[in-house]
Amino acid sequence: MKAKEKRFNALPGFGLSLGITLSMLTLVVMIPIGGLLLRALDLSWSEFWRLATTDRALAAYRLTFGASLVAAAINATFGALLAWVLVRYQFPGRRFIDALVDFPFALPTAVAGLTMADLFSQTGWLGKFLVPAGIQGAYTPLGVVLVLTFVGMPFVVRTLQPVLENLETEVEESAATLGAGRLRTLVQVVAPSLFPPLLTGFALSFARAVGEYGSVVFISGNMPYRTEIAPALIVMRLEEYNYHGAVALALVLMIISFLLLWVINALENWAGRFQN
Amino acid sequence: MEEPVWVRWILIGVALAFSLVFLLLPLINVFAQALSKGWQFYWDSLAHPDSTASIRLTLITALIVIPVNTLFGLSAAWAIAKFEFRGKSLLTTLIDLPFSISPVVSGLMFILLFSLQGYFGEWLEERGWAVIFAVPGIVFATVFVTFPFVARELIPIMQAAGSDQEQAALTLGASPWQTFWHITLPSVKWGLIYGIILCNARAMGEFGAVSVVSGSITGLTDTMPLRVEKLYNEYNAAGAFAVASLLALLALVTLALKTALEWKAAREERVSTRAPAPTGLS
Repeated sequence: MKAKEKRFNALPGFGLSLGITLSMLTLVVMIPIGGLLLRALDLSWSEFWRLATTDRALAAYRLTFGASLVAAAINATFGALLAWVLVRYQFPGRRFIDALVDFPFALPTAVAGLTMADLFSQTGWLGKFLVPAGIQGAYTPLGVVLVLTFVGMPFVVRTLQPVLENLETEVEESAATLGAGRLRTLVQVVAPSLFPPLLTGFALSFARAVGEYGSVVFISGNMPYRTEIAPALIVMRLEEYNYHGAVALALVLMIISFLLLWVINALENWAGRFQN
Repeated sequence: MEEPVWVRWILIGVALAFSLVFLLLPLINVFAQALSKGWQFYWDSLAHPDSTASIRLTLITALIVIPVNTLFGLSAAWAIAKFEFRGKSLLTTLIDLPFSISPVVSGLMFILLFSLQGYFGEWLEERGWAVIFAVPGIVFATVFVTFPFVARELIPIMQAAGSDQEQAALTLGASPWQTFWHITLPSVKWGLIYGIILCNARAMGEFGAVSVVSGSITGLTDTMPLRVEKLYNEYNAAGAFAVASLLALLALVTLALKTALEWKAAREERVSTRAPAPTGLS
């Protein structure tokens, strides 16, 4: 241990690299976050509470968290299915779909919003059939769910895939040899080891959806009380030069993001321990 | 020992239908709509001075942001991977923070610092320096949202590589910079390129943070994603899709490079069992 420490210290550049890291981190990340927190301290508690819980804000939170939850649930269900199919089965186009799964990560959110809004509009490829059937994508909460599903789609697939690949099929085989049916094997042998990564993927997809702005504004129409998400309301407050209102809402979103980050870290630790 | 064939095909069918609606159709639709009014209209939309200005601004922003984040990524990875010190896990958490903050909130932070009512607003005003509703604000906001990309790719790779080779080079008389250029940098090059590709994709495509600080002045502070929004709001959908098609092309190139790099890293890993293949995009 002692020798190892000595070996570590023998490398040069610790002061320089840590110095650059800390000064850049301070300039780029800490000062901006600190500025927001300092501005929030300007508000009294009652003022903060009033600004953060206006009826319009409450409606925006409901839509943001509700739509994010539904989108994360859709992604957990179909993402798990897609991961399973990609790992376990052979079919034409498998590798192409596999490479394409990361597409929502790589596509700028504005483009995602633009193309989804068009697809589900009355004249779009999907809206053409859905709108006459009464399924309105554009300017509805459903549209918000659809784009949030798109932007969060890769998370569940990508957290489940490596776990599925490492899963020993021998365990399933021995379960079958011992007389377990396929369904029972899946539920009792496979599902427990998939649950932690599935939950992690769900949480990642949810966290991403809560902060999302670019793609949503194209499809939602930003109607107050109906299709206005919390980040869009912050932008609205800024455009009214109502900085206090914007700061109060931003603080709520930031606290929730940090809580989610903490939950995700805990989940990843749990999932990691589960693997071993 | 598998599901019955009919179950398998139903599962594959559902998975493919999901991929069709949430991957394939959105992708194809971008190019189909961009060309819906013909090549001439497509070309004219891109060649419009306001569009070329937005392309230029997006490229300039990426050209500033990438070196900044590369310098940060290399420094942070070197300090975190090669040394033990107190507060290391806190530092790693702080580096990741920008990813968990909503882009709109990120943009708001820079408004609070640099706008006229912000902490440094008057100081900037006296000197006649514009940050908000100007290019520097766009650069600041973009650096913030892309800050963790290079660092988080490099840290695990440098950690896995250890420091034995650097030790050997130094013992044999190489200078610290020689060691860095000839030993460390080559051993992390694929991870570094990977991080830069992801950083670039996000820098060019960022919308929320940039839209808050840019003021969207046509021809001056419109980046490509902002130009897309503006054209869309002007009911010029085909024009919006034309600019968007360039961004979608960028996404496809990013994906292709990412797949190629993972393939390459996996092959090198099989040969030398060094540097693990980078995984995941965000």
